[in-house]
Amino acid sequence: MSNDVYIVGVDMIKFGRYPDRTVPSLAAEAALMALDDAGLGIKDMQALFCGNLGQASGMVGQRLLNEIGQTGIPVTNVANACATGATAFRDAWMSIKAGVYDVVLAVGVEQMGKGLLGGGSNAPSPEGIIGSGTMPAMFAHIGNEHTRKYGTTFAQFARVSVKNHWHSTMNPKSMYRKETPLQEVMASEMIAYPNTKLMCSVNVDGSAAAVLCSEAKVKQLGLMDRAVKVRASEMSSTPFESRQAAMPDFTAATRLAAKNVYERAGVGPDDINLIELHDCFATAEIVHYENLGICADGDAGKLIDSGETQLGGRIPVNVSGGLLSKGHPLGATGIANIYEVATHLRGRAGERQVEGARLGLTHVVGGGPGMGTACAIHILEKV
Amino acid sequence: MSEAETQEAVPPLVPYLEPNAGKPYIAGSRCEACGHVFVGERQVCAKCTARGKMKPVHIAETGKLYAFTIVERSFPGVQVPFVDVVVDMDDGAHLKGTLLDVEPNPEKIPFDLPVKLVYREAVPINTKGKPYLTYYFVPA
Repeated sequence: MSNDVYIVGVDMIKFGRYPDRTVPSLAAEAALMALDDAGLGIKDMQALFCGNLGQASGMVGQRLLNEIGQTGIPVTNVANACATGATAFRDAWMSIKAGVYDVVLAVGVEQMGKGLLGGGSNAPSPEGIIGSGTMPAMFAHIGNEHTRKYGTTFAQFARVSVKNHWHSTMNPKSMYRKETPLQEVMASEMIAYPNTKLMCSVNVDGSAAAVLCSEAKVKQLGLMDRAVKVRASEMSSTPFESRQAAMPDFTAATRLAAKNVYERAGVGPDDINLIELHDCFATAEIVHYENLGICADGDAGKLIDSGETQLGGRIPVNVSGGLLSKGHPLGATGIANIYEVATHLRGRAGERQVEGARLGLTHVVGGGPGMGTACAIHILEKV
Repeated sequence: MSEAETQEAVPPLVPYLEPNAGKPYIAGSRCEACGHVFVGERQVCAKCTARGKMKPVHIAETGKLYAFTIVERSFPGVQVPFVDVVVDMDDGAHLKGTLLDVEPNPEKIPFDLPVKLVYREAVPINTKGKPYLTYYFVPA
């Protein structure tokens, strides 16, 4: 028997705004949905890995078990910027890979306010005086660097939003489900050039969960009919690049994790049938095309123009609607991406199904000014 | 009150800005093992991991614009638009800042624009009117 790890249950709540709910109640909802999907109960789980940022010191995992059953299993609470959910999933995967457990639960959850991220310190604010600490500005620099190197245009960045908003019209779990033509994207409120409001991800509340299982346990429980194999899991932190202190860098960490994940899986970017990548801003999706190797350096503008990354194209990217339209509840995003890819590999994605999908990749990368980055990439395989 | 005393009375907005009795500079560290220049004081080189090789330096006063954005929406109380830039300093350091005296129009801001540092007082949005010493970039 191999030591491969499988997802046997996975689900997410519809992303939206739930100001009257608590973080543990949102987490509990997704956890129960994933357990139901697996046909298992919380009593079957041997450990819980729970990702959340906003209440990182608040023992969200224990409070989640208080809502669905205090079985006494070990809980690991995880916080790792926008890679929080994927880190919880990877920790769950490692615990099975190590042979410690054979069936565990991973949950990601976040409840967010509206508005700009990046403030929130008590120190005198340098905002506006020493540039900007806001996320849209940070990712504007990253897009502007791409423009500097390769001449990428405002319209090319904007096309990412047109594509992902269109994809979301086919996803009932997306926060927004409205098409946004190119003119509308480019004419919407400018936040930090070239990112307009419709090129920024949506702050929403959400949760997602997955049940992971050893191969022996999947067979013992007879769950191979719903299983998706975790072909490879890799993470990276911030490999040194000289501009990082002035300009947060999401490229070096993504390239390192991508190289390792393809090596580990024994496949290349051409073998991948769909990707959910970290489109926190439209500019980010463009640079990650190259970072994940689905086109050559400098060709990302041409790739979005070609339509190859939309549903029906050579390598559909963010068919869920992405963070731009589905929404980006920080701690939940990593597992929600895994839900999306697993759903396609199971052939259950309905109207937005990527036909014949056999291998899919999920990518999240997070961080902030003066903090560094966390990147997690998973390759999932149809059983 | 002399100009130097005025400067002393106004604290720096960020720890790597050294007021230096009215002759401010950006404090940096140069690794004598690999040569990398960091903004701010540090003990170990994040690039080559060398220990005990950091030498305090004053960061260069001039550089070239590497990347920019025009910030149109910020936190309440922050005046917009402003031009947020990443500058490659002439000594190899990289410094973020606000670029003054340019039109906030992407067509009018060239890559590699030569810029220099100027030191001024500014009032952050969350200090109830209390001024701090800061730096800005202006075209050189």
